[in-house]
Formats: sequence, C-alpha cells, structure tokens
Amino acid sequence: MKYVDEFRNGEIARAVAAGIASLTDADRHYKIMEVCGGHTHTIYRHGIKDLLPDQVELVHGPGCPVCVLPMGRVDEGIVIAERPEVIFTCFGDMMRVPGSRGNLLEVKAEGADIRMVYSPLDALRIARENPDREVVFYAIGFETTAPSTALTLQRAKKEGIENFSVFCNHVTIVPPVRALLDSPDLRLDAFIGPGHVSTVIGCRPYEFMPEDYGKPCVVAGFEPLDLLQSILMLMRQLDEERCEVENQYGRVVLWEGNLQALKSLAEVFELRPYFEWRGLGFIAQSALKLSAAYADFDAELRYSTPGVRVADPKACQCGEVLKGVLKPPECKVFGTACTPERPLGALMVSSEGACAAYYNFGRKSFEKVEIGSKG
Amino acid sequence: MSEREQRALDTLEQNRRRPPKFTAPRIDMSHGAGGKATHKLIEGLLLPALENPALAPLSDAALIPFGDAHLALTTDSFVVRPLVFPGGSIGELAVNGTVNDLAVSGATPLGLSAALIIEEGLDTEVLTHEVETMARSAERAGVSISTGDTKVVERGKGDGLYVVTTGVGVADPELNLSSAAVRPGDKILCSGTLGDHGAAILIARGDLELEAEVLSDTRPLTPLAVALKDSAGQGLRFMRDPTRGGVGTVLNELARDSGYGIALWEDTLPIRDVVHGACEILGIDPLYVANEGKLLAVVAPEAADIALEALRRVEGGEEAEIIGEIREEPERMVLMHTRFGGARMIDMLVGDPLPRIC
Repeated sequence: MKYVDEFRNGEIARAVAAGIASLTDADRHYKIMEVCGGHTHTIYRHGIKDLLPDQVELVHGPGCPVCVLPMGRVDEGIVIAERPEVIFTCFGDMMRVPGSRGNLLEVKAEGADIRMVYSPLDALRIARENPDREVVFYAIGFETTAPSTALTLQRAKKEGIENFSVFCNHVTIVPPVRALLDSPDLRLDAFIGPGHVSTVIGCRPYEFMPEDYGKPCVVAGFEPLDLLQSILMLMRQLDEERCEVENQYGRVVLWEGNLQALKSLAEVFELRPYFEWRGLGFIAQSALKLSAAYADFDAELRYSTPGVRVADPKACQCGEVLKGVLKPPECKVFGTACTPERPLGALMVSSEGACAAYYNFGRKSFEKVEIGSKG
Repeated sequence: MSEREQRALDTLEQNRRRPPKFTAPRIDMSHGAGGKATHKLIEGLLLPALENPALAPLSDAALIPFGDAHLALTTDSFVVRPLVFPGGSIGELAVNGTVNDLAVSGATPLGLSAALIIEEGLDTEVLTHEVETMARSAERAGVSISTGDTKVVERGKGDGLYVVTTGVGVADPELNLSSAAVRPGDKILCSGTLGDHGAAILIARGDLELEAEVLSDTRPLTPLAVALKDSAGQGLRFMRDPTRGGVGTVLNELARDSGYGIALWEDTLPIRDVVHGACEILGIDPLYVANEGKLLAVVAPEAADIALEALRRVEGGEEAEIIGEIREEPERMVLMHTRFGGARMIDMLVGDPLPRIC
C-alpha cells in the first residue's frame, strides 16, 4: 500500500540494522527508552527488537495516556457517566481502563449512556443533536490530542452550546520524562522522542535532556523504519560522543512545533499544580485543566465528583520497571495483585505495557526470536 | 534468570492451565466480541453448567453419534447493523454462517432451521427481501430451510431483525478433523483475503465517515471444504471459519488446544489494500477482523501444495495462500514473522477491537 509499505521495507531495514550493529560496542549495554506508547506499539507490531544487536535494549516508557490515568480519575468519570441526564463520550481505548470498581464498559452494561467517539467534535455534535441532555467528553491524551479538545471547546463557546462539558485529563510529556531523569537509579542512555506530541510542541522542549542530563534524544515517526533510523541516529550520537536533540520525523515535525495549536492550548488550558500518574505518583505541573475563560465547560466544576484519591498500592513498582531497575516479574505484585484483568499499575493496562506483555508471553515478550525459514 | 522471575513464571504457567472462572457481575459488550472475555464466558460459565462429550471440544459443529454415522449439529445467531451492507445482508449471513460451520466440520448439510425475531415496525419490504435472500442463499449452498419460527418484539427491543439458524449435517466418516490431529510441520492454508466482512460492516455503519468500496465476503464454504477433502484426503487435519475474533483468535485457540506453536509469515497474509488502509486509519488489526467467507485449514506438509492448488481452482478460493505452519515451539503461542524482519507474538483478541488513540 502506497505511503505505508515504503516505510516497512524489510531490505532497507536490514541495511539500517547493519548500520546500528556497526556502531555497537560489544562490551557495552545500551538502554534506549521510547517515551511514547505509539512507538511501543510499532516495536511490538513489527518485531523491531529482533533486528537489534543483543547489546541494544529498548525500554518502554510512560507515554500511553490511557495507561497512566490513575484509578481515582476513572472513578470520577464513572460518577459523572452514571448521572441519568448525561451522555458520556470517550475514545475507544478509554473504555477498558480500570477504576477501583470497574471500567466504563461495565458501567455501560449497568445502564449508563456511554458512547465511543473518534473525535471530541463528534461529542459536540451529539450535544447539538440532544439539547435536552448533558454531553460530557472525557478528554485524555498528551499534547497530541489536547489541541482537538481545545478546538472543540473554542467552537462550543462560539456556538454557545451550553449542554457540553469536558472532563479534562490531558497530560504533558516533559514533566514525567524529567521525573524519570531525576531518579538517581536511572539506567537509560538515550531517548526516542514522541513524534505526534512533537508535531504540536516541536523539538525545543526536549533540549533540557541533553543540556541538563546529558542524554541524547531523537524525535521519531511511527513507521518501523522511522524507529530504526532514530535508533541509528542515537547510536551515532553515542558513538561520536555527541549529545543533542535531533529530528528524524522532519516530514511532519517542525522544530518550533505547530504555533496555531500551541496558541489554542494556551487559550483553553492552564497547567494543574500537580497530577497523579498511575504507578508513578504525583508529578508537578504535569497535566492541563480548563482555563478560567472556559470554566463554564469544565465538567469538574459542573458536577460534584468525590475527588477521592485511590491510593496506588505501595507494592506497585511501575516506576522501577520504567527506570529499568526491575524486570516486570521482579515487581512485588506482578501476576498476583496486578494482572491484565485487574491491573494496578500503568504497565499492566495496555496489552503492550511491559508488564502485560510479559504476563501474556513470558520471556518471549523480550527475548530475541530466531526467525526460521518458510520451508 | 532470578529466582523471583522463575517463581513468577511458574505461577503464570499454573494460572494458564487452570480452567477459567467467570467472575464478571454482569455481561458487557466485550463478552460478545469473540476474544478473551467471550472465552471466559463460554469456558467459565456455559461449559461447566452444560458439560457433555459432544460440547466439550467446542468445535464449530458438535458431532453426535447416530447409528454408524455422526450427525453434525450447529447453531448461530445473527445480529448485525445495518441489516443490508455492501456485499450481503443478514439473511445471507445467517444461512452461510451455519452452512459454513457444518462445512468446516467436514459435514454435508442436511437441513437448516431459521428463527426470525422481528422488531415491531419493521417494513414488510425489508423482511421479504431477507427471507428471499435466505431462500436464494440456501439454494446456492445446496440445502433447504426445513423448519422455522417467528417472534415479534416491541419497538426498541431489537435492531429490526435478528435471525437464528441451526444446521444439521452428516459428518464425513473418513475425516478426523480436530486440534488433536495437527502435527509440527503441517501447513496452515487460508482461502483468501482477511477482514473483508468486518471492514465492510465498520464502513457501512457510517460512524467513521470513511468512504471505501469494501464488500463483505459472505459465501458458502462447502465447495472449498470439498476441494480440500478431495485433494488432501487424510492429510486434512483441521478446518475453521475465522468469523468473530478473526484469524488471530482462531489460531490462538488452535495453538492452545493442540499444545503446539504456530508460525505465521506476514508477507503471505492476503489482505486487500483497501481493508489494510481502513484498518491502518482505525488502528485495528486485520488479523482480528471478522470474515464470513474464508476458511482456515491445517494440512499435512506433503499435501499442502496440492490442497492450495485445489483451493485456488474453486470460486472464492482464488487468492488462497499458505500463511504459516505448526511448530514444536513456542508451545501454545502464535508467532508472526513480520515483513520488516522481526517477530511478533499474536495474542488472542482482548475485548472488542477498539480504535486506539495512540
């Protein structure tokens, strides 16, 4: 298929992989974190780890926005969804994220009017079509999806649609990465920066990674060749002892980002003083809420939610797994209190989370696989 | 490997072998999606309550001893929105679905029953169209609808029309089709392109505002099953029609039930460009998308090429491919060798194939 197959070409992949191998020091172990959940998906889907030398390990980062949502925020969404006047709208993969007493799919089965949408604009359309109901959009995602929420709110305000509100759970990418980098026991050598987030925020926000922490970062696209090339670029930096932010995803990402989207974000949102991340605890200024100008559309103000924090069990060690200190099965609750059916930590929520993958496939989830012949 | 890791792996292995328990307090949509939740419902709730030797293998049709022969018995309910979609309609699906469950069990269909659950207010014209379609589909499949039932439910209690069909057939005494019959080295054949039906339905619903010409693949599989039997004979080990849950789910069931591993090659999977494109946009995987006119077969290695040629000569089998093989390792898992040059574990579908945000 055009515009897809070109980026999945096995022959070019072998050539890039050979380049990576030639830059690999046999006595060194390289740990590279891909920050974004979309990259993790590509790595699994195309088997990228099998093309890398044994010395190069990919560590899956915190960048899956549904996975990092703490139980308390899911519970609050459920309280709103259960109100009889509410049509509750959310993205598909949000439906399965567990709160302390179940997920949205289960609440839907109990009778709540919960509808899956592909865009916040669809939620606004539902509000327009149902003037006697209250439509709430459960907003999640990094800076990637936040502009579409901002645009929707700008439109709602302009059209004077009063039966629409947003339960805002947008998070920002830089603070959790900084929190990881601040850990004294961090064992990572370099970072693959999130491509889609960067189409909005650009590359400049990552400059602190080389400057303050001495870690190279390459912003990468989402096709397998994008990722492989970004690993090659990082290996080159490490080999040449360079340390900087580079942009592999130049066909989409501008260094300065999308100024119009950033302007919308600045108008509609403001930073929360702190926000809780599943398995990672509270991180300062790591999430967005609606600005004063849009307070009328803020579901958190419109509905009284319990605001109760459901404590992450103390035994949950997502942070250690993310930092590369522990392997999934070395976590105290792995496979017992924390399973894909009842996940406690972020890494067990999505099937591609490091823990869920390990739970399903054991060592096969990270060991290199020998490719047999077709015969 | 650390002691802790080994212990965790042992616990996982024990859990995996334990029969599943159904613990959900009520049924949600994931229990109908054909993946892990559906399995839990069937194996954790239905199977223990109904336990008997004909049901236990959970195959597409149950084989019931009758004199010297075996009767094949199967039933299926059809709920689809919209009722008419590009390439077919609910009536055609309902006949082909049950005929196909008999066909992949190696049985010759004897007769079908059809129950219609009709919502108050359904246009007679729509009902007439579906019943005529059912008659035509039955004729095409060489079977008749010999008995039936009608019920009308109040407005709002059904999506216009639900259809339930049951089929009876006679199993071929020469064949021994089961997951226990497959052996390492056996080849996996797929009779054509993946995901056409599910993609056609998703697009026809119009929620996505995608415009693409994708037709459902609904068709009777009897001619394809016969071609396989005639060409591979005793070398034919296993057949399934990968409907709900798709090829990924059926192969996971086979891996689990046979105890062997399954290797797939991505570059041999037949997938239409337009289906591939729609799946890329929606963030779903064609391996888990439903088919209504495709057959998966496991064939002994020496019979594989002849069987493939035989499939390709039959209408609806022109694009058949050998897509993988049975392996000793990795036990009870499905592994796909990607076009990119790596390997990917193919899990059973978890819940509905929901679009991803990232």
